[in-house]
Amino acid sequence: MSQDFPADSVGLVAPNTLHWDQPLPLSSGGVLPAYDLVYETYGRLNARKTNAVLVCHALSGSHHVAGYYPGDTKPGWWENIIGPGKTIDTNKFYVVGCNNLGSCFGATGPASINPANGKPYGPDFPIITVRDWVESQARLADALGIQKWAAVMGGSLGGMQALQWAIDYPERIAHAIAIAAASKLTAQNIAFNEIARQAIRSDPDFHNGRFYDYNTEPRQGLRLARMLGHITYLSHDLMHEKFGRERPEGKFNFDYEVEFQVESYLRHQGDSFAGKFDANTYLLMTKALDYFDPADETGGDLSAAFKPAQADFLILSFTSDWRFAPARSREIVKALHDNDFNVSYAEIKAQYGHDAFLMKIPQYLEVLGTYMQRVAEGGT
Amino acid sequence: MTQINGMRPDFAIIADWIKPKSRVLDLGCGDGTLLNYLTREKGVNGYGLEIEDKYIPLCISKGVNIIQTDLDAGLSEFDADSFDYVVLSLTLQSVKYPDRLLSEMLRVGTEGIVTFPNFGHWQTRFQLAFLGKMPVSRTLPYAWYNKPNIHLCTLKDFEILCRRLNIDILERHAVDHAHKTSLPLRLLPNLLGEIALYRFRRKAGS
Repeated sequence: MSQDFPADSVGLVAPNTLHWDQPLPLSSGGVLPAYDLVYETYGRLNARKTNAVLVCHALSGSHHVAGYYPGDTKPGWWENIIGPGKTIDTNKFYVVGCNNLGSCFGATGPASINPANGKPYGPDFPIITVRDWVESQARLADALGIQKWAAVMGGSLGGMQALQWAIDYPERIAHAIAIAAASKLTAQNIAFNEIARQAIRSDPDFHNGRFYDYNTEPRQGLRLARMLGHITYLSHDLMHEKFGRERPEGKFNFDYEVEFQVESYLRHQGDSFAGKFDANTYLLMTKALDYFDPADETGGDLSAAFKPAQADFLILSFTSDWRFAPARSREIVKALHDNDFNVSYAEIKAQYGHDAFLMKIPQYLEVLGTYMQRVAEGGT
Repeated sequence: MTQINGMRPDFAIIADWIKPKSRVLDLGCGDGTLLNYLTREKGVNGYGLEIEDKYIPLCISKGVNIIQTDLDAGLSEFDADSFDYVVLSLTLQSVKYPDRLLSEMLRVGTEGIVTFPNFGHWQTRFQLAFLGKMPVSRTLPYAWYNKPNIHLCTLKDFEILCRRLNIDILERHAVDHAHKTSLPLRLLPNLLGEIALYRFRRKAGS
């Protein structure tokens, strides 16, 4: 049976896997002796290999950025942005989505088998940082024959990777695009992550991260972590508009079962997430977020941290995003213009909160699309 | 004077004032025309600040560095002495605190360049004095109840403020709507000038 896809979708896609036997030294001091990366590509790499765009994913994302798998009705997570004729135009760009190490969607992670003992890594899987991801993505670029990315981009944690790329591989990236990102998490932000981790780690089914051996998983903990996270990705106004105080049954039941619409929504979000995500991956991803701080090595001076960069930058934030607030993006912008770099910044009016970077917001698409035009002109 | 095709004529005077290869901050840069010109023709390194959504993609398409910012929130994200010139063209009259912004301009820049519609122009005076109505003109096209211009001033007012803020005026132009100057304009700038252009810096020792 053949599927019909919208004309502006890349349509049917399939992931690729690459294996490395070359050990990857990690920020933690440890080493990943061998690993797999999974990636998808859309569009065609031009003859001079100057039109490649790396899209980095956020906490719960994957390499499945656009298009559909056979039989699926849900496309990749940035389908709104990527496709023929879209904001990131696959007629012009060769788009690469890469699954990060530590993930549970194909790249080697805590649920993968540890060759040392033939059992899942679990807590023995090393903590991976944004810098380690960039290192592994650079190896993927080598394997794909891409010497220099036309752009490295992403939202949230994905945007952090774009910034790290600009610092670590100045000569291999023409444009860095960081959307709804930050140069480091605030105490409040780390606090949210810590509650999420505690929810998982205190679940009796967590078994210190070795739940695979017990043929179970800390679903309750993961569910709670996601429910909490989800609230912080939405804005107050959006939640009010979407749910208000709506109660499907109309009357108070005077018990603790689901009554308000927002409760059932959160439970649904938590349940569906807990069914498809790995608890150890969630721990690892939140830790990578907490650790990210390029200025840590320059005595807290973010401008100094960016000094090696050569890329041009586009920084975008959303007005109602309180998890990665516009002020965090403006800190990045300041560090960049302190260095006289080419940087543009737009603060997009949107009520969707942090999740706005996934949405079809006209001003957002217009600004990003116009910038991508500039990327295309520079890259050919 | 440099002639720039299709560009707002006050930009030509501003461009003449700006030395090649300098660092320029353009406050309220609109669609980025001035910065684009300065970058191409004078090799300046510049940033434009603008609040209006519609101008952001227009700047990006020109390759102008645009930073979406509310000027009323100040320039605190820019370090002292980081620019050779800070330009404020036809925007002074629409900010909340013109005096604070002028001081901020000379904190982050060595020289400031300001242009504004002159409220002392004879037609403005005539409308207020003889018609008893708030003036509406080519340079001030808005009705009193619906206008972005909340701090209109005359050349004289501006110069009094500069003295109070310890600002040295280096150059002044008063021009008509076509941005041409003439002998009468030079003799009676506050009466005949429709647009005022100033280049200034901090008074030595202040």
